[in-house]
Parts: sequence; structure tokens; C-alpha cells
Amino acid sequence: MSALPVDEPSGGVFVHPAQGGAEDTQTVAQLEGVSRVYSMGAEEVHALDDLSFSFGSGEYWAVMGSSGSGKSTLLNILGCIDRPTQGEYRVRGQAVSDLDDDELSELRSKELGFIFQSYNLIPQLNVLENILMPVLYQENPGEGIEERGRFLADRVGLGDRLTHRPTELSGGQQQRVAIARSLINDPALILADEATGNLDSKTAEEILELFDELHAEGKTILIVTHEPKVGERADRILRLKDGAIEGVEDNRR
Amino acid sequence: MRAVRLGVSSLLLHKLRSFLTTLGVLFGVSSVIAMLAIAEGASVEAQEQIRQLGSSNVILRSVKPPEDKVSNQESRVLSYGLTHEDRARVAETYPGVKDVVAVLEVPEEVRFGSLSCRPRVLCVDPTYKEVTGRIMMEGRFLTGRDGQATASVCVLGYEVARYLFPFKPAIGERIKVGAEYFHVVGVMYPRVPIGSIKRDPGTEVGGEVFIPIKTGQRLFGERQVKIRSGGMDAQEVQLHEIIIAVEHDQDVPMIANASRLMLTDSHREKDYEVIVPLELLLRAQETKRIFSIVLASIAGISLLVGGIGIMNVMLATVTERTREIGIRRALGAKRHHIVTQFLVETVVLSGCGGVAGVVLGLIIPEIVEAAGDMRTIVTIQAPVLAFGISVATGVIFGLYPAWRAATMDPVEALRHE
Repeated sequence: MSALPVDEPSGGVFVHPAQGGAEDTQTVAQLEGVSRVYSMGAEEVHALDDLSFSFGSGEYWAVMGSSGSGKSTLLNILGCIDRPTQGEYRVRGQAVSDLDDDELSELRSKELGFIFQSYNLIPQLNVLENILMPVLYQENPGEGIEERGRFLADRVGLGDRLTHRPTELSGGQQQRVAIARSLINDPALILADEATGNLDSKTAEEILELFDELHAEGKTILIVTHEPKVGERADRILRLKDGAIEGVEDNRR
Repeated sequence: MRAVRLGVSSLLLHKLRSFLTTLGVLFGVSSVIAMLAIAEGASVEAQEQIRQLGSSNVILRSVKPPEDKVSNQESRVLSYGLTHEDRARVAETYPGVKDVVAVLEVPEEVRFGSLSCRPRVLCVDPTYKEVTGRIMMEGRFLTGRDGQATASVCVLGYEVARYLFPFKPAIGERIKVGAEYFHVVGVMYPRVPIGSIKRDPGTEVGGEVFIPIKTGQRLFGERQVKIRSGGMDAQEVQLHEIIIAVEHDQDVPMIANASRLMLTDSHREKDYEVIVPLELLLRAQETKRIFSIVLASIAGISLLVGGIGIMNVMLATVTERTREIGIRRALGAKRHHIVTQFLVETVVLSGCGGVAGVVLGLIIPEIVEAAGDMRTIVTIQAPVLAFGISVATGVIFGLYPAWRAATMDPVEALRHE
């Protein structure tokens, strides 16, 4: 088995393979009996308890729940920066537990896109460099990657700010840079952690519209939020309570 | 190259801190170079002084025996030192001897008009100049004819000539040595004073006056009378110095040993010393080696301190940039990427310090030379070595902070505020 499955065929930047009904979508991420246990001294905290679930390609999910429900832990595991204590997590069929630290890093840089609540741009890099950062950690960034970076900056409406530093941008603009950064690898799964939490409602709406557009283009998106208004924008809502699935809602009209 | 540019831009975010960190390495490197230059200069100077004695010479010198033995002697005239017999033996029996020069020193005052001084008045053979490698400034040295004819001619050392004849040339003038008149025929360049040559107290003007040895013996004899505050002090020395010029350098130790044996046999007391410039030279080289080791240790410690400074700052930087490390890791940076990133920064820091240190290290010796009247020599190895060590310091002291950064848990790092 090769270390990583070959990427889906993608001719253009945003072209996605034709999609059938929701039932025959490819599975992008799959959780099988995943638990995550933290040991706090003698006490054991079950942040996630025997969770099984899967996300299909092109789906738009919102993970909701009160604080302490295990949202962040789930996101960390989905983002491959944390590993399950028990159970198996697969990204495009690749079991994460089989990978060492370097391979996991490679998986993150190729298959996953992160969007954080506090944007998390690198302050000493300019907009274009921030967008390109995930690619630069790959062995072979490939030709024309800088074009793609410019294109994405244009796509999120920052084409004229390529050489600006993050500190010279507004919060909404910074989050747009982060979104462009998450798209640079054409990832299998885009993970957004309270992406609108630090923004005013108008800017938040713009960002959510951007997500809608990405979804329309066929991206697989998972947002973690505690705001019902944000969650309602997604097609499906996964409700978590005490580290277990409380329910799944389908919002599709 | 990209990594270097990124490292530099990270460092420029904290200009003052980066600059101060660099200072540690800068001073370390420049002190290494400057100290080595000064050590090298001093060593070369010492070696040149010894060479002036003549590296292929063996010098036998009369030494006054210790006082307690002197007091037992009945005669009021103290008699000691090298004899004509010693000189004849050396000249006749040793193979490989090129020349033997005898030196008699007479304690006479030198006068010209109202000026007087007490230089060393040396009665020497005409070959003295060649054997000791001295150089004439003007005029000529004593010749063999002067020696045979016991002529009353003299050669002045530069200091004496300048003192007695400040405004006119000395050659052709008549000076008074003791009670006798001498024609000045030449002036000789001074030589750098050498520590082991003792000057008699009361010698206000240093320097030397040379007269033919036969003339000296005829006019002044071998009994030297010095008038001291408590009375007279008379001593009898036939020869003060015998300089043996050896044909080949490799024979020097053999002839030195033979001389020591010969003198041990023929002298009841140790009223002589044997000076071998070649041995002094070797000793000076050994001294230089030890000196260099000491200096290198001091410089090494200062670089160590600089390195610890770098480590300290980098550890602070790593803590401060925990979040950045988390972001980079989450976006796909492998551990070695993080290690490289921080190592590049430390090497850039120490490298800049190294370059600036080399520049400063080349300037300091110039200043020392101009202000301190000391000779300094910058060898090509010193800057290369110092710069290499500074870069190595950056790598060694950067490794731990970089490793700390790379092994952080991405989840924890992202949560860090």
C-alpha cells in the first residue's frame, strides 16, 4: 500500500469530479470507534467516547455542541494533529495509526486545509507567502504553485494585497488569507474551527458566503461552531454531547 | 536560500534582540583574532631578538660568583671569569667553529667636551660585527689592522653617538674613553635590548662603544676598578664574553655541551654561563605554544559565553513563537523543517556575529600597533578559525532550542497564547 492515496483527478483548480446523489459520494474521512482519553493525574477524561462516523466528498458539515462536548478534540483528530487513543481514523482510506510523524505531516500538508478562529497567519510573512506556506513543506511543490497562490488570493478578493503583512489587514481579510491558504493544496477536507468567532456579523456573513461558494464548487467542508446561525448554513449538522454523537440533522431543502 | 531569507526576516522582527545576541559572538571572534595577532607579534619579536644574538652562536659569559664565596678570598682584587686560555682552547680544539670573538668590557667613562656618559665600553675582535650580525649606520667597523696596530680608534653605538654629537657627524671626532683619546671611525645601528643583558646601574645613556681588544688590554688592562660610594671595588676579569660562531647550526648543541664540559673542568667555581641562542629560540617557541593555548582557551570561553547567549535568546524565541510552530506543524511542516528553521536563525545570528567579529578582529591589532607600539601579526588561519568556530557555536547552541521547538505537541502549541 502506498503511503498516501493518489489525489483525485483534478484538472482545473476548482474542478471537482461530477457528483452523484449524496448516497454514492466517496468517503473522505471515516471514524471507527474513536475514543480520546486524556489522563489528568489519576483521573481519566473521555473527551471522545467510541465515535463512529464518516464524511463524504463534497459534503458540508457543521459540528455543534456546548463547550466540553468534544468538538475541539474531534477537530484535532480529524486534522491529524492528534491521534485517537482507541479506534481508527482513515483519511481517503489511509489509516492514520499506520503513519509516523513525518508521514502524518505530509498527510496534513496534502489532504487537509485548516481555518482557525484566530486566523493564525505567520506575522513575518506576507499574504502570498502565507497562502503558499503549506505547499512549501511538501517535497515537490510542483510547477506553477505561485500562480495558484495568486489565483486563490484573487479568488478571496485580496489579489491586490499580495505583499501586505497580516498586521496590515483587517480580521476579515486575514481570515480570507487563511481560507486561501487552506485551499492551496486542493485538500480532501477543509476544517474550520469557529472560523467566524472573532468577526463582526457582517464580515462573518461574507466569510460564510465564501464557504457556501466553496461548497457549491464541490469542496468538502467541516465547520466547528457553537453558533446556531452558523451551523444552519451547513447541509448537515453533527451534534455532540459529552464526547458522543447526540444526533445528526439534515438541513438540505 | 529561502530558509535563510525567512530566518533573516524573523530575526529582523526583533532587531535589538538579534543585535545584542550577535554582540556576544562578535566580541568572542574579534578577541580570538586580536589576541592571536598580539601573541604572534610578541613571539616573532622575541624570536627576532634571539636571532640577533646569532642563532648559530654559542656565547660564553663571565659571571661574578656569589658573594658569600667572595668574602672568603684573601686578595682584595676579585678575580673570576673566562680566561685567555679558555678562548685559545675553544679556538684550537673544536671542529666546526667558524670564528671565536673575545669581548672585554672596561668600566670607563666616555667624554666629549663637557658631555660624558657611561656606555658599555667593549673591547672586541674585528670579526665581532660579522659574528653578531650587527649593521653599520655610517663609517666602518674595526678592522684587523686596527687590532694589530693597537690603534686608538673606536666605533660608537647609535645612542652614544646621538648623545655626544647631537648636531654634527661623529666620524672623525676624538672622544675620551677613561684617560685615553680615540678617533671615531664608525657609528653602528642599535639593536633591540635583550632582557638577559644586565646594564650596570648608573649608566644613564645606554649603548655601546667598541674599541680594538688589543688596544683595550694595553691601555686599560684586565683589572677593572669601579669607584663606589663605600670605596673602591676592584675585580679582575680576563674576558667578559667569548662568542663562538659555529659553521653549521646542527653543531650548535654539541659545541655548547663541549664548552660546558670544558668550563666545568677548568673552573673551580661556576663563574661563567653558557648562552645558546638556538636553545633560547626553541624555548621561546615553546613559550609561544603555551601562550597560544592559554589565549585560545580564553577566547574559547568568550565564544562559549556568546553561544550560551544565543541559546538563551533562541529558547526565549521558541517559547514566544510556540503558536507559530503549532501553525506550521498543523499546516504540514515536519519536525526537520522546524529544526532547520531555528538552526538557520541561530547560524545566521552567529554567522553575522562572526563576520563582524572578523572585521573588528582585524581592526583591533591595527589600533594596538598604532597606539600601544606593539607588533601584531594577523595570520590567515586566525580569522578563518574564528569564523568557523562562531558558525559551529551557532549550530551547537541552536540544536537544543530547535529540538525543543520540533518536539512540541502541535495541539498544545496551537493552544498557546
